Amino acid sequence: MDVIQQAYVVESRELLQMMEDNLLQMEENGGDAETINAIFRAAHTIKGGAGVIECKFIVEFTHVLENVLDEMRSGTITSSPELVEVLLSCSDHLSTLMGCVESESEPDEKINQVSHTLREKLQFYLGLPSTASKEVVLSEPKLHASGGGEMETDNWHISLRFGPDVLRKGMDPASFLRYLLEFGQIISLVTLPDAIPEADGMDPESCYLGFEISYKSDADKARIESVFDFVREDCLIHIWPPHSKLADFIRSIDELPEDPMRLGEILIKCGALTQQELEQALNIQSDREDDPATQPKIGDVLVDQGAVTAEVVDAAAAKQSKVAEKKSLESQLIRVQAAKLDQLIDLVGEMVIASAGANMLARKSGEAALVESTSVITSLVEQIRDSALQLRMVQIGETFTRFQRVVRDTSRELGKEIELVISGSEAELDKSVVEKLGDPLMHLVRNALDHGIESPEKRTAKGKPAKGTLRLNAYHESGAIAIEIIDDGAGMNREKILNKAREREIIGPNQVLSDSEIFALIFEPGFSTADKITNISGRGVGLDVVKRNITALRGSVEVESQEGSGSTFRIRLPLTLAIIDGFLVGVGKSSYVIPLGTVVECIELSEKDRTETLNRQYINLRGQVLPFVRLREQFEIAERGGRRENIVVVQYAGQKIGLVVDELMGEFQTVIKPLGSIFKHIKGIGGSTILGSGDVALILDVPSLVALTTVQQNQ
Amino acid sequence: MANSDSGQRSIIINEDMTIYNAAAQKPMLLGSLHSCEELDLDLSQVGEMDTAGFQVLLLTKREALKAGKTVRLTAHSKAVTELLDLYNMASYFGDPMVITAREHAAGK
Repeated sequence: MDVIQQAYVVESRELLQMMEDNLLQMEENGGDAETINAIFRAAHTIKGGAGVIECKFIVEFTHVLENVLDEMRSGTITSSPELVEVLLSCSDHLSTLMGCVESESEPDEKINQVSHTLREKLQFYLGLPSTASKEVVLSEPKLHASGGGEMETDNWHISLRFGPDVLRKGMDPASFLRYLLEFGQIISLVTLPDAIPEADGMDPESCYLGFEISYKSDADKARIESVFDFVREDCLIHIWPPHSKLADFIRSIDELPEDPMRLGEILIKCGALTQQELEQALNIQSDREDDPATQPKIGDVLVDQGAVTAEVVDAAAAKQSKVAEKKSLESQLIRVQAAKLDQLIDLVGEMVIASAGANMLARKSGEAALVESTSVITSLVEQIRDSALQLRMVQIGETFTRFQRVVRDTSRELGKEIELVISGSEAELDKSVVEKLGDPLMHLVRNALDHGIESPEKRTAKGKPAKGTLRLNAYHESGAIAIEIIDDGAGMNREKILNKAREREIIGPNQVLSDSEIFALIFEPGFSTADKITNISGRGVGLDVVKRNITALRGSVEVESQEGSGSTFRIRLPLTLAIIDGFLVGVGKSSYVIPLGTVVECIELSEKDRTETLNRQYINLRGQVLPFVRLREQFEIAERGGRRENIVVVQYAGQKIGLVVDELMGEFQTVIKPLGSIFKHIKGIGGSTILGSGDVALILDVPSLVALTTVQQNQ
Repeated sequence: MANSDSGQRSIIINEDMTIYNAAAQKPMLLGSLHSCEELDLDLSQVGEMDTAGFQVLLLTKREALKAGKTVRLTAHSKAVTELLDLYNMASYFGDPMVITAREHAAGK
């Protein structure tokens, strides 16, 4: 796939997403002119682009789609739920076709069959006999006059707009025209005096003229261009060789200052178009004049008339609209390859380590100036790191809105009425995390739709509104992002889960569990309480996979539920996978890094507490019970510690625990290096990092330590 | 320059219509147009015309059309004819030049 195709696919996918969003919106609100226009533009651009990359199957398919959308735009076809359904399928199908472009393969029989079916459905809305007209519409490009997208004329076409200062600089447009006559013949010339301002404002020494010239010459383009060498800077010059692509030609019309229709007339005078072609175009123009919104551009009019090749103008028009629509976006966005970004972040990571090393050495040296300058560097590096990571951050909203479609389709399939409410969509997280989040999230959403929210009858019987609500919410919480999937459905039956768990011997018959532990059981492999299995969920595979996926991202998932009023699944994920702000602590000779976001406070373990806690695993922290772990015991460090011990209070998922360490060494930025697979089974370690001194420090996995400690406490 | 009655004026332009004179000719021509209904411009003495002069002429014609007045170019000199031809603008002014020349000859 070459660069253009690649860009096309990327852009088209975005457009398809936009199209889908708008279609869903149309379904909800009936669709105002703006929405329909947006959908049309998307289809139009996709088709135009397909023309450019010469992807015939997309052009053919989109052509019919575009026709229907155009009719909708003009109000001939009104939106209906069935139509939206068809259009949504078309958008899906286009996505499949994009896949073909991506894999550089022709669509197979099955895909063609879908194309065919959808096209027939669309033709139905166009009110055309489907089979007969289809081939006609598609295979015969609607052109006759202009010979395969080329300008009919044998002549060069030169378009000139002289700048105001030309005369003052001692140059006269007339002399350039005379020069042209030296090696060619001016077939026709139209002077454009339109730019001459009102009498009062007209400066007699400024030049206001423009010319459209049809020119016959055997000279090459460079020679003709050379005529205008002296005025190049002060003059708008377009030169089209004989048989130029009409697309280029028409596109340039909009770049010129005059009104396009006036130019249309001028082009005829010059022989670029024929009078008949323009007259037809003008008729259409005046027919539609009463409605400025539908007033077509000259390009459209000419295409409608079959005067110029449809695909050529479309390609040009697509470029045009791209220019207009994308310009605002383009100035704000730059596309960068993910790999380049990763490389940058890797480098920044190394720099963070190196700068920490330099900093440490500087401090050791005790030279004030050196310490000063390294600390400045460190703070800059910190900012660079933050900005670099920010580059990878994307808002979660886009991921959320994708579920609009899922909710719509699934609820329809299940015969339920469900509304999706999205909040917190501006919360940001690392792109790599977002990508991996899609599947688990999809699973939980489907689960909520299928098992969570009841059918309208059941809901009404229970006195709830017939329409169920599914909420997707996101918010930041101590260095992590929490994503909630909240339904107002039936909730989970505590007893049922408990019984099932006993039945499957996941828990012992007399084991007493807290609510959250019971609900956590649903994440056990092979656990499903659904009475009936549907094709959406409930086959017992899944929630354990969800949990595994999320754990692999250093995240966690929990569930709260109240029978009768709904469930909340809460996913917590770290914001990024690459670099963390850490808090460096020492135990014996080893160093550990605690992710700073989880650290709440540090306190000294008093002599009294130390003696008291020899036999119990908690202290009294301002009247609250704080369970703790001694890292020395946890990681079986043999050497004895110093005389003092400290507690670092960390928090995760609302649960606080203390980590007992010897030494507090301060904040420390660190790049996470994954641990080899041999260490995979060590609990409480999330990764490793290299300190400035070259020593290795282990990064604590706070979530698992919290879980471990809480379980120990409960026992 | 020669005047006739208030409704009609005839002016003989007896200098070049180039950028050097354009600044002066613009108010002169517009002023003359303002003071009458029909303006005849005798261009026989215009030895040289460039785009600046052409623009002034064009402006005068346009203002006349706007105000519903008439501007007639008569007795085009060779320089004028050549430029109007090059710019393909003779028909805009609507004074058929060949005939004008003949009339001019007959009138004198």
